Amino acid sequence: MAKEDATRLAQAIVEVKERTVLCSVCFNIGIAERCAICADDRRDGSILCVVEDPRDIVAVERTREFKGRYHVLGGALSPIEGVGPEQLRVRELLGRLEPEGVTEVILCTNPNLEGEATAMYLARLLKPLGVRTTRIASGLPVGGDLEYADELTLGRALEGRREVDA
Amino acid sequence: MALYRDEGVVLRTMRLGEADRIITLATPEHGKVRAVAKGVRKTKSRIGARLEPLSHVTMLCWNGRELDVVTQVEVLSSFRPLREELDRMVPAMTMLEIVDQVAVERHPMPELFMMLVGALKTLATSSSPLVLAGFCWRLLTIEGVAPIVECCARCGGPDPLVAFDGSEGGFLCRSCRRGQAVSPETVELVRRIVGGDLGGVLSEGPHGVDDDVEHLAVSAVERHLDRRLRTTRHLLDAAPSASPSG
Repeated sequence: MAKEDATRLAQAIVEVKERTVLCSVCFNIGIAERCAICADDRRDGSILCVVEDPRDIVAVERTREFKGRYHVLGGALSPIEGVGPEQLRVRELLGRLEPEGVTEVILCTNPNLEGEATAMYLARLLKPLGVRTTRIASGLPVGGDLEYADELTLGRALEGRREVDA
Repeated sequence: MALYRDEGVVLRTMRLGEADRIITLATPEHGKVRAVAKGVRKTKSRIGARLEPLSHVTMLCWNGRELDVVTQVEVLSSFRPLREELDRMVPAMTMLEIVDQVAVERHPMPELFMMLVGALKTLATSSSPLVLAGFCWRLLTIEGVAPIVECCARCGGPDPLVAFDGSEGGFLCRSCRRGQAVSPETVELVRRIVGGDLGGVLSEGPHGVDDDVEHLAVSAVERHLDRRLRTTRHLLDAAPSASPSG
């Protein structure tokens, strides 16, 4: 690597470290106290998408299907690794519901055991509060062949089938 | 032999690099196995969903120097009811954590493996706390430290037994009592479970002391392992309340 490239890379890393902060509202990574999504008035504040990690926000944003706001938990329940509810930003999530007028919470945690446990735990907390609580669907990746699908994913895809509009 | 086939129950997984995982499995013939599963975090992975904790699988692995490599996986049971209800998932995870602690790498453990699969199957049909209790008591028996339940563990005296002390290895009579106080109903239930009547006990429905029996069994296992278990029901008890806004 050329010296000037190495210097630029080093400067970029330092800049990232110095300029980025966690959003005080949703805990996404940003460059101001409120991240670009939380500061955007055009976003629908009544729908909150709960994710494990700021990287998941990037993935959901790529869909261009979601116009609400986010909440980053900072991980998923994993008792065996010592991650319980206290280690996640659950209290902060509950604290956002009333002031922001949230009517729906989408549980967008990973479709693995830890993510499912986190979603079930949050649903148990949120449902009694009268907030509509939904879970992202599981199914087959677009562009893939059915014959290569594993039985668990295909089973869930069948379970979550929907009526086709003619 | 470089390539081997065995059954296994996935105990835990750990992220490795960009898209891989290290899978820890309990197997009957190879004891605890740690193996790399490549690319399983990608959504298009065929075996990713099969290698989630709790899955009962048959697998084909390459023997590695430190870590093996999983090449093929077929699901025997994914224990779906355990994944879809938190009250079943937590005791199931407790069982996995316990097996992870007692299992030894490359050391066959057919009895422990069969017991784990049996307990997970039972838990899939019954959410009684006594399933975990039965698992714990049976595990202590396999480990060679079966609790003394028929007479006082200290003096050998008869009923009434009024306390349980892990360091003494079982129940204690009134004059030797120390440790945790127990009711006659708890003593009777533990006796039946240790005696092999878990099926009968479960078929009767709740007994009123089921949670006490589970707590006692988990404490006894914790004492045997000499460490606190991380995955217990109480983990989810402390539901955080909303913090003051602003």
